[in-house]
Amino acid sequence: MSEPMSSTEQQVQQANSRLVKRLLLATVLMFGFGFALVPLYDVFCDITGINGRIYQKSPEKAQGIEGQNLVAPLTQAEQNNIDLSRSIKLEMMTISQAGGAILFEPIDKVLRVHPGQMAEARFRITNVSKQAKYVQAIPSISPGQAGLYLHKTACFCFEQQLIAANQQSEFVMQFYLDTDMPKDVLQMTLAYTLY
Amino acid sequence: MNSVTSTQDTAAHESDHGHDSHHAHHGPAKGIKRWLYTTNHKDIGTLYLWFAFIMFLTGGAMAMVIRAELFQPGLQIVEPHFFNQMTTVHGLIMVFGAVMPAFTGLANWMIPMMIGAPDMALPRMNNLSFWILPFAFLILLASLFVEGGGPAFGWTFYAPLSTTYSGDSTALFVFSVHIMGISSIMGAINVIVTIWNMRAPGMTWLKMPLFVWTWLITAFLLIAVMPVLAGAVTMVLTDKFFGTSFFDAAGGGDPVMFQHIFWFFGHPEVYIMILPAFGIISTIVPTFSRKKLFGYTSMVYATVSIAGLSFVVWAHHMFTTGMPVYAELFFMYCTMLISVPTGVKVFNWVATMWRGAISYEVPMLFSLAFIVLFTFGGFSGLMLAITPVDFQYHDTYFVVAHFHYVLVTGAIFSLIAAAYYWLPKWTGVMYDVGLAKLHFLVFTYFR
Repeated sequence: MSEPMSSTEQQVQQANSRLVKRLLLATVLMFGFGFALVPLYDVFCDITGINGRIYQKSPEKAQGIEGQNLVAPLTQAEQNNIDLSRSIKLEMMTISQAGGAILFEPIDKVLRVHPGQMAEARFRITNVSKQAKYVQAIPSISPGQAGLYLHKTACFCFEQQLIAANQQSEFVMQFYLDTDMPKDVLQMTLAYTLY
Repeated sequence: MNSVTSTQDTAAHESDHGHDSHHAHHGPAKGIKRWLYTTNHKDIGTLYLWFAFIMFLTGGAMAMVIRAELFQPGLQIVEPHFFNQMTTVHGLIMVFGAVMPAFTGLANWMIPMMIGAPDMALPRMNNLSFWILPFAFLILLASLFVEGGGPAFGWTFYAPLSTTYSGDSTALFVFSVHIMGISSIMGAINVIVTIWNMRAPGMTWLKMPLFVWTWLITAFLLIAVMPVLAGAVTMVLTDKFFGTSFFDAAGGGDPVMFQHIFWFFGHPEVYIMILPAFGIISTIVPTFSRKKLFGYTSMVYATVSIAGLSFVVWAHHMFTTGMPVYAELFFMYCTMLISVPTGVKVFNWVATMWRGAISYEVPMLFSLAFIVLFTFGGFSGLMLAITPVDFQYHDTYFVVAHFHYVLVTGAIFSLIAAAYYWLPKWTGVMYDVGLAKLHFLVFTYFR
C-alpha cells in the first residue's frame, strides 16, 4: 500500500532519527546535570566559602584535620600573632527546629574577638520533654566568606549530643578567627539550628 | 514522508479495530478518533490551542478567586490555605498549561508551513506529546481535592515549603510536572528535528521566518532546562517521601540549593515563554506596516544572545539569600545586559513601523499594545535587576506586577495577536472585526 520511499526521503528519515537520538541524549545528560548541580555547588561553595557553611566532614575526620591544621597556627596565635588593632563583633543566634521539646539559647550573645585570639562561646540546651533526645546543631555563618576564616577547635556541633529528659546542659564552642580575615568584616553572625 | 506515515498509521489502526478494514479508508478517521489518533500537525496544533484555551480559563477562574479575596484587606471569601493553593495552581496552570501549550500549538500549525515541510518530522511523537498533557493537568487539578488540600507552596515550590511543610498532594504535583516536562521535551525535539532536517530546498538558515528562529532557540532552551526541572521535582519527591536530604540542612543538605537548581531552570523558562512571542510580533508588525522587518539578522542574534544570557542570570531571583557582593554584582550586570538585545528587538520593531504604511487591524493593535506594555514590563524588570533596590522589592507585589506585565501583556497578548492574525488562514472564515476590536479595548483597558 505504501509507496516506496525515495532515497532523499530515506536520507531525511535517517537524519531525523540521528538527531532525535542526539537530542534524547542531551535530555538525559541535562537530567543528570540537574543532580550533578548538587555536588558541583557544594564544591564551588567549599572553595569560595560563599554559603556560610563550615565544611566539616564527619566528626572524627574533622577533629583529625582540625588537630593537624591547628597545632601550628594556634601556638603561633597564642605567642604573638594576635591582631590587636581590630576586633570583630560576633553575634550568636540559635534556632530550635526540634519543636517545643528542646530549648536552645546562647549564653554569650555577643562577643568581641581579636583575630588570632582564642575564644569560646557557650550555649545552653534544655530538654523539657520526658524523653532523652539526640540533637544535632548545624552552623551557618554570615557573611559567608568570613566563614573561611573562622576556625573551630572544639564544637558541640561536631557530633550529636544526648540530652536526658528534663535536663539542662551547657555546651562550648572554641574557636579563633584567622588573622587573614578581610579588613571589611567588622561583624559576623553565627547561627546554629538544632535538629 | 507524510503520506507514508499516515498510511502506516491507518493500517495499524485498522488492524486494531477490525471494523472498517474491508473498505478503503480515505481521509482522517471520523469523530473522536480523528483527534485521538491524529498525526496531522494542524490537528495537533488545534488540539494544543484548544487545550491551552481551556487551561487559560481554568487558571483565569482561579485568578478571579485570588482577586476577589484581595478586593478588600482582611479575610473575606476563602481560607488562607485555600488562597495559597489557588495562587500555586494558578501559576502552574498558566505557565505549563496555557502559555507553553499555546505556543507549541502555534509551532505545530505554522512551522511546517513556514519552512515548506509536509508535516512535523515526528508525527506520532507529536500525538503522544499532546495527549499526555490532559492527564498531567487532571492529576494537578485532582490534587486540589486530596485530603489536606493541593499544593500550596507557590509555583516555585521552594524547599522546605514543598518538602517539610507540604501535604501528601505533593506527590501528585511532582508527577504532573514530570508529565508536563516529558510533553514539552518531546515537543521541543520535534520542533528541532523538523527545522533542522525538513526545510524546503533553498530555505537557508538566514531565510527562515523569525517565528521559526525564535521557536528553534526556545526548543533548545526547553531541552536544556526541562530535565533540570524534572531533577528538581524528583529531589523534592525523594526528600519528602524517601528520606533523602538534598534540601534539608538537618541531613547535610541545603535549602538554598533548591533555589539554585530551580532558578537554573526558572530563568530560561521565562524566555521559553517570551521568545516565540517575539517571533509572532516580528511577523505581524512588518505585515501591517507594509515593510520588511528592520534588522532581520540583528533580530536573530538578539534572540540567540538572550537565550545564552538566560543561563547566567538565575541568581537574580536570589539576591536576598546572602550571596557575596561580587556574585550579586555579577548577576546584576548580566541581568541588565539582557536589556540590550531586548532593546535591539524593540528598536527594530519601531524602526519597521517607521515610515511604513501602517494600518490598525486587530492583530496589529495587539502587537502595538505588546510592544508598549512589554517594554513597561521590561523596565520594571530592569528596576528589579538593580541589587540594592531589589532588596526592597523582593517578594512584593512589584515582582508580581512585573511578571504579569511580561506574561499577560507580553506572552498572552502575542498569542491573541497570533490567533487573530492566523485564524482566517486556519479556518477560512473571517472573524467579526467589531467584536475583536471590542475584545482589544476591554483587554487593554483592564490589563
